[in-house]
Order: sequence, then C-alpha cells, then structure tokens
Amino acid sequence: MSDSRTPPTALAEEVSSATRTRSPLWERSQTFLPTAAALVLLITMLVYAELAYGRVFHAGTISSLLVSFAPTIILAVGMTVVILSGGIDLSVGAVVAVSSVTGVIAMGSGLDGWLAIVLMIAVGAAFGVVSGVMVQYFGVQPFIATLAMMFLARGLASILSTTPVVAPEDSPILLLATDWKLVDGPKVNDFTITPGLLIAVLVVIGAVFFLHRTRTGRSVYAIGGSEPSAQLMGLPVARTRVTLYVISGALAGLAGVIYTAEVGGKAQNITGIGWELDAIAAVVIGGSLLTGGVGYVLGSVVGVFVLAALRLIITKDGSINPEYLTIITGAVLLMFVLLQKVLTSRKRS
Amino acid sequence: MSLVKTALRTPWFWAIVGIGVLLAINTLKDPSYLQIGINPTTGLVAGNLLDIVRVSAPIIMIALGMTFVIATEGIDLSVGSMMAVGGAVAMQTLATIDDPTSVGAMLAAIGLAILLAVVLGAINGLLVAVVGLQPFITTLVMMLAARGIARVITGGQNTNATNEPFQQLANGQLLGLPTSFVIAIVVVVLVALLMRRTALGLTIESIGINPKASRLAGIRPRPILIAVYVLAAALASIGGLFSVSEVMTVSVSGTGNLMELDAILAVVIGGTSLAGGKFSILGSTIGALLIATLNKTVLFLGVAAAATPAFKAIVIIALVLLQSERVRSYVLPRARKNATPSGPARATAEVDGAGERSVA
Amino acid sequence: MEPLAIVEVHGASITFPGVKALDDVDFRLLPGEVHTLMGENGAGKSTLIKALTGVYQLDSGEIVVNGHARRFSGTASAQAAGISTVYQEVNLCTNLSIGENIMLGHEVRGFWGIDWTKTHRRAAEVLAGVGLADLDPRAPLSTISIALQQLVAISRAMVTDSKVLILDEPTSSLDAKEVEVLFTVIRRLRDQGVAILFVSHFLDQVFAISDRITVLRNGKFIGEYLTRDLDRGQLISKMIGKDFEALRALGSNRQSTARDRSATPVFSAEGLGRKGAFEPTDLDIHAGEVVGFAGLLGAGRSELARLIAGVDKADSGRTRVKGEEVALTSPVAGLAHGIAYSTESRREDGIVGDLSVRDNIMLAVQARRGWLRRVPAREVDRLVTTYMTRFDVRPNDPDRPIRLLSGGNQQKVLLGRWLATQPDLLLLDEPTRGIDVGAKAEIQETVAELAEGGMSVVFISSELDEVVRLSERIVILKDHRRIGEVINGPGVNAEQIVSVIAAESDVAAEAKAEALAADTGTTPSDEGVNE
Repeated sequence: MSDSRTPPTALAEEVSSATRTRSPLWERSQTFLPTAAALVLLITMLVYAELAYGRVFHAGTISSLLVSFAPTIILAVGMTVVILSGGIDLSVGAVVAVSSVTGVIAMGSGLDGWLAIVLMIAVGAAFGVVSGVMVQYFGVQPFIATLAMMFLARGLASILSTTPVVAPEDSPILLLATDWKLVDGPKVNDFTITPGLLIAVLVVIGAVFFLHRTRTGRSVYAIGGSEPSAQLMGLPVARTRVTLYVISGALAGLAGVIYTAEVGGKAQNITGIGWELDAIAAVVIGGSLLTGGVGYVLGSVVGVFVLAALRLIITKDGSINPEYLTIITGAVLLMFVLLQKVLTSRKRS
Repeated sequence: MSLVKTALRTPWFWAIVGIGVLLAINTLKDPSYLQIGINPTTGLVAGNLLDIVRVSAPIIMIALGMTFVIATEGIDLSVGSMMAVGGAVAMQTLATIDDPTSVGAMLAAIGLAILLAVVLGAINGLLVAVVGLQPFITTLVMMLAARGIARVITGGQNTNATNEPFQQLANGQLLGLPTSFVIAIVVVVLVALLMRRTALGLTIESIGINPKASRLAGIRPRPILIAVYVLAAALASIGGLFSVSEVMTVSVSGTGNLMELDAILAVVIGGTSLAGGKFSILGSTIGALLIATLNKTVLFLGVAAAATPAFKAIVIIALVLLQSERVRSYVLPRARKNATPSGPARATAEVDGAGERSVA
Repeated sequence: MEPLAIVEVHGASITFPGVKALDDVDFRLLPGEVHTLMGENGAGKSTLIKALTGVYQLDSGEIVVNGHARRFSGTASAQAAGISTVYQEVNLCTNLSIGENIMLGHEVRGFWGIDWTKTHRRAAEVLAGVGLADLDPRAPLSTISIALQQLVAISRAMVTDSKVLILDEPTSSLDAKEVEVLFTVIRRLRDQGVAILFVSHFLDQVFAISDRITVLRNGKFIGEYLTRDLDRGQLISKMIGKDFEALRALGSNRQSTARDRSATPVFSAEGLGRKGAFEPTDLDIHAGEVVGFAGLLGAGRSELARLIAGVDKADSGRTRVKGEEVALTSPVAGLAHGIAYSTESRREDGIVGDLSVRDNIMLAVQARRGWLRRVPAREVDRLVTTYMTRFDVRPNDPDRPIRLLSGGNQQKVLLGRWLATQPDLLLLDEPTRGIDVGAKAEIQETVAELAEGGMSVVFISSELDEVVRLSERIVILKDHRRIGEVINGPGVNAEQIVSVIAAESDVAAEAKAEALAADTGTTPSDEGVNE
C-alpha cells in the first residue's frame, strides 16, 4: 500500500454505488409496511362489517366507538413512547384504576374538582417515576419493574375501596363527557364527540410533535435503536428514559380521568384489567417494533381502531361468542409479532 | 458458628423467618391462632395452619414451574391463566361426563387438564425457543389467550361440578395434612428427582448462567427451553386443579387471576435470580409457603384480599432492588468487585482485547 | 517546529480489580497529524481511549486539553471539550436517517420544534465537508455500507467542530477499497488541522496513514516514534517487548519431526472461510501434531480456529475429518467429530461461573450424552479426579463454584472439560493468557504430552516464543489471511516469524517464509498458501 493519495473517484464510486443499489424511498417505506398492513386490515374489517351487518359507516356508530375508545387511544400513545425506547409498561391498566379511585374519593371528600383531576394525572405520573427510576438506575428489566407497579397500583386501589365510588354530581369531571353534536344527522345518526375524545386527539397530536419535533423525542428513537450508541453519542439517556415512563404513567392517569368521566364519575378498583394488553396490542398492530426504535404514534392509533373494529364486529355479529374476544385479540397480536419477526429477520439477512 | 453464617446467607432462611414473623403477628392478634384441633363433624384435622398449607398447594405448583423458566432467564406470565384452563377443563369434564362421580371421571378430568396445558406450554416453548420471541411477550399473549380458552371451554360460565374423589383433593386429608398439599410435596420431590437424577437441572442452570459457554460445550438449548415451558404449564394446570377442587367451581375470571406475581415472588424469595442461573426448588417451595401465609395473614388482619398485591409488590420491588448491581455496590462494595467479571452484561470493566473477535 | 499539543496525558493510571490497566502513561496528540496507538492484547490501548472519551476516570494523572486540565464525567463532557470518537462497531442508530445520525442532539430548531429542512441541510454540509456531498441525508442509515456508516460517524464528530478525532479500530471490518476511502477522508481532516488518534491492528494501514506512533505494553508507555524513523520489525519487537537479539535467542531447540504428510490427516479443509472473518484457506492437521497459529492480534487466529471447530459457520469450503467429508456447522457437530475448541475469552464463553468445578468439567461430556442419561456418579468422580489431579487444580474442591478459582485454575478446569470428551483435535485459543507462570508451564507441558499421546493440537498464543517452542508446524496469519507456513526445527525463531509478518506484501511474506523453510532444511507444504 502506498502513501500516495487515492484518486477522489474511489470515494465518489463508493457513494454512488451505495445510492444506486437500493432506493432509500423503498427502504424507508419498509418501516411503514406493518402500519400499512394494519390499515388494510382495518378497512377490510370495516367494509366487511358494513356489508354483513350494515350501519357501520354511520356517524352514530363511528362516533360512539371513537368516544368509547378514547381512553385506549391515550394509553396506546403512552405505550408507544415506552415501546419505542425498547421498554414496556405493564402497569397502565392498574394505574387507571388507582388514579380514578383516588380522584373520585378526593372529589367526594371535598377537594376542588379540577384539582382532583390534576391529582389523578399526578398519581399516574408518580407511578411512572418509580418505574422509570427502577429501570434506569437499578437496571431492573422493564417488564418486571412495571409488573410490580401494576400489582402495587391494583393493590392500592383496592385498599382505597373495593366497592365502586361515585363522584359528586356537580363534579367538573363529568363535563368531560358532555356530548357535542357536530353533525346533526337524521334520527340517531349524529356525529357526536366529547371533550374527552378531543383531549385524546390533542394527546395524539402532542405525541406526534414530541416524537418528531423535539430532541428528547428523537432521543427516544435513538435509545430504542441502540442504547449504547445513544450513550456514546452523548444523548441524555437517563433523563429521557425516566421521562418516558413518567409520560406513560401520566397518560394512564389521564386515561383514568376520561374513562371516569365517560362512565358517569364512577370509579372501581377492578377497572382496567387487561387494558395494558389492549395498549400493547394496538402499538404492535400499528407497526412499532417491540425491540424499540421503529414505529409511529399514528400507527398505534390505527392499531386501536383495529381493536375497536374487532369488537364492533363481534358485538354486531352476535353469533361469535364474546368469550372468543380475548383469544382473537391474542391471536391478532401474535400474528403481528410474528410478522415483525419475519420482516426484521429478512432485513438483517 | 459457620452453620449460622450459612443459614443467614441462604435466601429461604429469611423466608422461614418471614413466615415466623407473620405467624407471630397473627398469634398476637388471636392467641389461639396456631391451635390445631379435630373438627367434630368431619373428623378431620382443622386449624389456621392447615388452611395455610392448603392454599399454598397451588402456589407451590406455579412457583415450581416458574423456577425453571426463570432459571433459563425467561419468564412465564401465563401460569395464572393456565390455572384457569386446568380448572375449566376439569370442571367441564366432570360436568359433562357420563359417570361424573367415579374415580375414572376424576382421572379423565385431571388427564385432560394436564394434556391441554402441555399443548399450550409447548406453544410458549416453540415461540420462545424456535421463533425467538421474547419470553415475556410470548407468555403475555398466552396469558390473554389462555384465559379466553378457559372461557370458551366453560362457555363463559363459572362451571361447577360434583365429584367426591376430586373434591377430596383440597378437602380431604392424608396423614393429617390436606391431600392437595401432600400431592404438591410429592410432585416437588418427583420434579426435584427429575432435575437432579437426570442432567436436566444442570443443563437448565448452564443455559441460564452462560448461554454462550453452554453452546460451545455442545448443549442444544431448544429442547430444554421447550421442556421448561411445558413443565411450567403442566404444573400450573395441576395448581388450577387444586384451586378449583376447594369449591368445585371454576371462576373463569377469578381462578389464578394475578397469581403470576405470586409465582415470580416465591421464586425470587427462594433465591433464584431473575437474571437466570442456579435455582433452588426448596427455596421456591418455602417462598410459596411464605406467600400463602401472607395471603392468609392479610385476610386475617381484615385487609381486603384484593389489596394483597400491594404488599407483594412492595416485597418484590425490595427484592429486585437488592439484587441490582447498584444497591449491591453500596451495601457490599467488595462483593461487587469479585462479581463484576462474570456478572451481567452491564459490567464495564474490560481490559483490552475483549473485542478482538468481530464475527457477526 | 512542532505545533503545540492539543491533548496531553500525564502519568495516567487506571487500576481494575487485579489488573493495572494503565500504569503512569504519557501521551500527546498534535493538531494536523495522524497518531497511532499500538500495542498487543492488554497493552492498555482501549483503556487509554476510554479515559480520553470519559468512559473511565483516571485513578491518578491528568488529561490536559488545549492547556486546561480536564476531568471528563462522561462521553458528553469529552465531546464538549472537542474530543469525538468513532468506534470499531459503528455506534450509530441504524433505525434513523443518515442526517439524523449526524445531527442527533444538535438538530436545528425553529418555532415548530426541530426544523427538518434546515437540519438535513446542515447534515448535507457536514457530509460535503468530508467529501460525501452525494450522500442523501434523508436516506436511512441501514441502506449504506459499514464503511460509509463509519464516515457518517466521522461526519457526526465534525458537527461539533471537534479538534480531536479518535478512531478506534475503524478498519477492522472494511475491505481494502473501503479502507482507501476512509483514509482519503482521514487525510482531508488532518489537512484541516484535526488531530487524529488512530488505532488499528493492521500494520500496513498503520504505516500508510500515521505520522507518529505511540507504543504501549502491559499498561506502560514504551515510547513515541515518528513513523518514518521506525521499520516494521522494530515496531513489532517494541510491541511484544523483546528485541531482535532476544527473539533470536528464543529459537526453539525443537527437533524437526519427521512426519509422513501423505497419511490421511485428522482434519483437513479446502477453501475454508467466512466472509468478514477469514479468507478461504486450505489446512491439514495430522495426528499427534501441534500446529501453532502465529500472527498479531486481529490476524484472524481465533476466527480460523472457530471455523475449524464449527463454532462459527463457514460460508465456503469443505472439511474432512479422518478423510470423511463432514459439515461442521455447530459446536455440537464439531464435538461429535472429535474437535474441541477452548475459547480465548475464558470468562465470557468458557466457564459457567456459578456451576461447580465438577459440573464445569462434566458439561461437554454430559451434553454429548444428552440430558436424559446423566453420567453415572462413579464415572463423574473418576473423570473429575483424573483431571483435577492431572492438572493440580487448586483448591482441590470439586464443589467450589468455578468463578471463585484463579484464572489459571479455571483454564485447567476448562482443559479438563475438553479432554474429558476425548477429542482427536483440540484447539486451544490463548490458553495461557492472563494466568500465572506456574499454570502456564503446566499447560504447555500438557500440550506436549497430549501430542505425544497422538492427539492433534492447534495452539494459539499472542506470545510468539510460546508458539515457536511448542509447535511442530507454524501457520502464519495476517489480516484474516494465511500468509505462510513454517515447519519448526532447530533454526526457527520468533524473529523470523516476525519478519514474515512484517513483510510489506504477501509476495514478500511468502518469499521470506520459503527462505526460512530453506534455511531450516525443510519445506513448507505448498498447498494452501493462499492468495
């Protein structure tokens, strides 16, 4: 090997061969592929339901479905952020229970209604802080840390009350379930939304902004892609990770607020059992990789809609045993996890 | 002297201390708590201690299965649902079989319950060992699906049945102890023999401690991993049988609900690390007894049963933190230095050359 | 007139439990030059780099950057001081775009958060600065080759206007053309006044790119030299710590063994290779033969051994065991055909730490029988006693967890594990590294005994004299290739092996190996010298 300068062509050649062989656009679209699959699945399901049962593309049906799935959307957003970093939060369902029971009891004991709502979100955030610290500073596996928080939250909710508690009738939380009729259709075919749904939409927009337009949000993707790299790039890994769990916890608290409003101010210690699975399923169906680094909030929203459509079909059909719902959800989740596995392993090879 | 030292370092020694403390608390509240007598109507031995060992039987089963899964650095979150599956199969079989009161019916119920669990466990094992999915996500899906399967089996009902021999599992007694507990202990002994008389236990530990070295030594991990998940599911199903035989009803949403944490907790209390490796069957069994005692104590003290998870969560958080490098480095600065090289991947003290090989 | 040093390290020491990784090391880096850090395994190169990048803290000594003493609390603070690092395994995020990888943490922000247009424009500017103007910053990182990713990592360092760039073995997975591309960029940056610290095991590359060389050995500073004042042989002898005279004196007193090489070899390979690990090569190993693999760190010694044992799957070539063609696709297959591989990283993939000495010895034998049929207790006792006594494992307690044993004793236990499988071919990868002198001698003796008993042994060591002393035949490796082969005899010594490795080209190396063979009156088997 000589010391003489390499002709500049070598570099240019390398670059052009890199850009020639594979089109970045195609490569980029591959990460959309699972999300696109979910979207196709969703449309197929809706069309099938419309043809088979009717009254699906119907303002009333759609809007009530959206409203009832608003808490799930919020949970799925929080779960997306955690999963993007390569973690998981199994505690969200139980946090919904403890925050709503806490909030409603506080309202009943005379705390200002708005402050009680803030308290509910703060309770969720507090659980997030504990999970985040355990994961980041004590090296506890995320699923163990958040599983422990799930049981702690569920247990605390039960200590507070094992019977349903109801908020006073003048509580401001109930305003969140006010029906806003956007389109006044014939008969019951109205497009109605609630402030709760609006909040869910704002959360989605906020999360998109956070993940795509802030440095912390990009650090989430970097940590999920390769934590050692993120560390060596000098990104604030520790701070970011704790923040994520706090976001997830706070959003679980918020989901508790919206759900409590939706059910008329009633809170119960057994609320939210299995909701973490719905959230995880929505995220995975929406195309996020469980190993982190790849995925979109909007994909998770599509994932929630898939779950909603599934439930719609099962209720509309009536002949499908509702007992099958969990199995079907599990099967769909598994299917998408396997799809991910196939896609990622093909990419590697 | 050294005996005392060894005892202090044995994790399950502290579990026994824990059981003692809980029993002492109960005795303080009710001095007759530890009394054992003969129930005049049934002629059986009765007392709080017997209740404790009876409820411990299902926990011992799931903890036993979980022990081996955790030893391979995995986790099985589906054991609670698997209990429901076992219970549902048994109850449905007994409710629909021609001759529901016979011993044969009981054996059929037990056989079918274990068979279905074996199939579901094999699915877990295949997904983890062959497909390469993360254990927690695989078993989380199974947790969801298995409970659904339990619902489908009973058609969503909380099916009940009558079968005298089956009922005797939890309500009968052998040698003055609940039959289910005696069976559980027999199963523990059998499994311990299986682990230690064959090389299964050694192989599981080896994979859990150092998968790379195990591979180089010629161990094939796949069949072992599958076996471990099958065993966990089968044992959980037996636990479900014990659990339903107490009331002869399966509650599709209640049987085994949230019991995966009990199993994990018992294993960790028993001294098996969540990072995998050496396992202690005796430790997990005593851990399960501690949890049964805790369950009964919380109930006895008048706290809602639904609140017990909170106490368990606090115990597991404490234990997990104690196992973490960071706490160890504060508490035992010397122990950490020795442990670092063979310790988990987080250890950073490497000298040159560790990265010479770069085979992808 | 030398410019002022931009980084100076004075008296740096770092101690790990049981190892003094850096011992009073001095080092300096001047702007506008490429400075290479050289040293064998355990010399302290990575430790010094990690100290400079804030991963490790110095126990004593100081780091002076631009005249100010600095204490780095982490990579971020080192970067803030203008020191950026590019590692061997590219530390970027393949899930993100090229531009983002460059700009992470420095994205251009506007009213609506990150302004992606401006961010990508800035990334394109930086890329153009290293000559990559044609690269689309919006393309995902995963679409470009490792070599280009390496350049992207360098570009990232340039975003913060780093004045110091550390390149830690950046070339180890690049091919020759890619290395040229990388060097073009390095020279361009050097000419812009950036101080570059370069680490590589490839001698040719070191001589091609560097202006100055600092040699470390066993954590100590050996010296700083201008590249033009140093030849390859001198450099190697400084690295391995013996001057040429001493090396010559270490000539083996070994008699060359008369061996019938036409007999069916125990193991033979044709074109055995794996992309990125070892270039296809031929190799025969006969019964009772000790074959040494000689080469510098990173020459591909372990890689070749792992291919032979089936630990890593070869992607080319054919293998025969005792004349019969077999596919060695896994360690299980290797062991089944009587090939055992003892790893160089004893702790990471050798010992099973928490298991007892007994279990560690029995592991491979047990694995071969399958888990259902446990080795009978009597057989276990026999094997364990045999090997523990034979190697004098201390403490003599088979129930002790192996992690509590010293390195030398661990190595003996592992040797016992492989011998218990009664292999026909035993590959020992650095069996004597990091163990005490007594244990070392015992292991060397054992190798000789085993060969006498008819077992074939492949012996790998960074210590050349050890290889020369033990081997009947020495296969010389360089840059993941086999460059020559020498049949050992009275006249062969370490210096000659070094001169083959130091030869500037393959042709020269081959010529030297042949000359060497002629000197000793033997001929190297001409099969397999691979081009």
